[in-house]
Amino acid sequence: MKGNEAIGEAAVCAGCLNYFAYPITPQSEVAEYLSRRLPEVGGTFLQGESEVAVSYMLFGASAAGERVFTTSSSPGISLMAEGMSYLSGAQLPVVIVNIVRGGPGLGGILPAQSDYMQAVKGAGHGDYHVLVLAPAGVQEAVDLTIDAFTLAERYSNPVLILGDGMIGQMMEPVEFPDPETIPPPQPRPWATTGMKDRRQNLIRSLFLSPDSLEYNNMHLRAKYDAMERDEVRYESYHAERKMDVLIVAYGTMARICKTAVDVLREQGLKVGLVRPISLYPYPMQVVHEAAQKAKDVLVVELSTGQMVEDVHHAVAGSRPVHFFGKTGGNIPPPDRIADEVRKLLVKKPGKSRKTGRKS
Amino acid sequence: MRHEVMFAGFGGQGIMLIGQMLAYAGMNEGKQAVWLPSYGPEMRGGTAYCIVQVSDDPIGSPVVANPMNAAVMNRPSLDKFGPEVKPGGLLLINSSLIPDTSKRTDISILNVGCNQIANEEGTGKAANMVILGALIGATKMVKPKSIEDMIEYQFGKKGKRKLVDINIRIFNRGLDIGKTSVKDRK
Repeated sequence: MKGNEAIGEAAVCAGCLNYFAYPITPQSEVAEYLSRRLPEVGGTFLQGESEVAVSYMLFGASAAGERVFTTSSSPGISLMAEGMSYLSGAQLPVVIVNIVRGGPGLGGILPAQSDYMQAVKGAGHGDYHVLVLAPAGVQEAVDLTIDAFTLAERYSNPVLILGDGMIGQMMEPVEFPDPETIPPPQPRPWATTGMKDRRQNLIRSLFLSPDSLEYNNMHLRAKYDAMERDEVRYESYHAERKMDVLIVAYGTMARICKTAVDVLREQGLKVGLVRPISLYPYPMQVVHEAAQKAKDVLVVELSTGQMVEDVHHAVAGSRPVHFFGKTGGNIPPPDRIADEVRKLLVKKPGKSRKTGRKS
Repeated sequence: MRHEVMFAGFGGQGIMLIGQMLAYAGMNEGKQAVWLPSYGPEMRGGTAYCIVQVSDDPIGSPVVANPMNAAVMNRPSLDKFGPEVKPGGLLLINSSLIPDTSKRTDISILNVGCNQIANEEGTGKAANMVILGALIGATKMVKPKSIEDMIEYQFGKKGKRKLVDINIRIFNRGLDIGKTSVKDRK
């Protein structure tokens, strides 16, 4: 199945019957697929007049107690940034998928990882985080999309799936779990479903008194602390023993790096990989500990250097952190990455190695 | 065992389709499969290509810069991807539309008159089946039966029995060319 279609089916599988979106390459197939699929299962597909409108359609549906999700690509996600801030402030569970394309501005339509900062550090205003998960293949995109609905409800918070054009366009075999194994939607006693015989439910992000806003901020912070404690996900590949070079990469780029690791290890070089799956919360501890087993750390991204800042933060100066990035939709093949690793393995006698970025 | 192939040609030649059929055939044999299309700002008649990998083990990088096998259906594809084939690899060239061939000596080259053969069997539209057949014959990437099942699925669902038969016949002509080429090399 094509990644985009698989993400659509994963949402249906997770019992999400509401999908609002505005088409944009390279993720339009999700809308195409769900416009056909959702009516079959009694769901609603609605094309918004813009991504801004879509973000508030999510707000409304989630506030009314429904599982809801949307998909878009980079420029569309920028338009939803305001909505994400409101959704986070009002603590509404929604799932948003970003099939990233190159930027800034309209950029291009080819795969990129240049929205890391936007996703992880917050696109909108205010003290907030969304939980960010990055799949490396079509099966994982399915699994993470299904998990995202549960996580969104567990934390009453938006969850963002950060893919890229390659995940969206690629076809791979996928298996969908038995829907009965998927946790059913949590009750939402706070939802605005009509008062009848209970007190009024109010969903808002406006808190005019200093204490009530601070109370909300601290409550959000406590949720983020819990995420950082409980929701860190990563994959470690040959990074348990001593290494010459540790590669840190996520998403499809990590998958390409994995092949590079195989190539290099066949040649007897000690190279390992840590692939963060949750980008927020970031596996700081894992990257730090893996770096201690390596002489050098190489960060590989389809950007000019975004996640590398979190790796610097994790490594905290204890090892040299190098960077290799490609942009514009150019995707480095495994051999190109292997070359970058070999460059680091060339001994530089008498020279002290600088800590910092190299591109 | 992992096989990889790049199919390239112009839009409308069914490049994406044969790539998908091969990936599905691999999947139906219980193997791992990845189909990665080019999806630039393409237009009808522009260059289209896709990379397919079929493997017994999980597939790492979906991107392959130097594929072991390439099948090119038009001239611009030969110029672009001919030099990229891995040394020792196989390059299939649609000689009906490409009068020249590759000058490389470090790879096997198989010139196949795809459009001509398809025309002989009654439909020039199925030139893509010839090259797919030749590829399978030469590499044994998947079982020929698995591709025939895909042809059945792909064209049979439209209720066009005649199309199924003709495509299977054309596929098998390509298959024979591929098999013979391997014998000749030995």
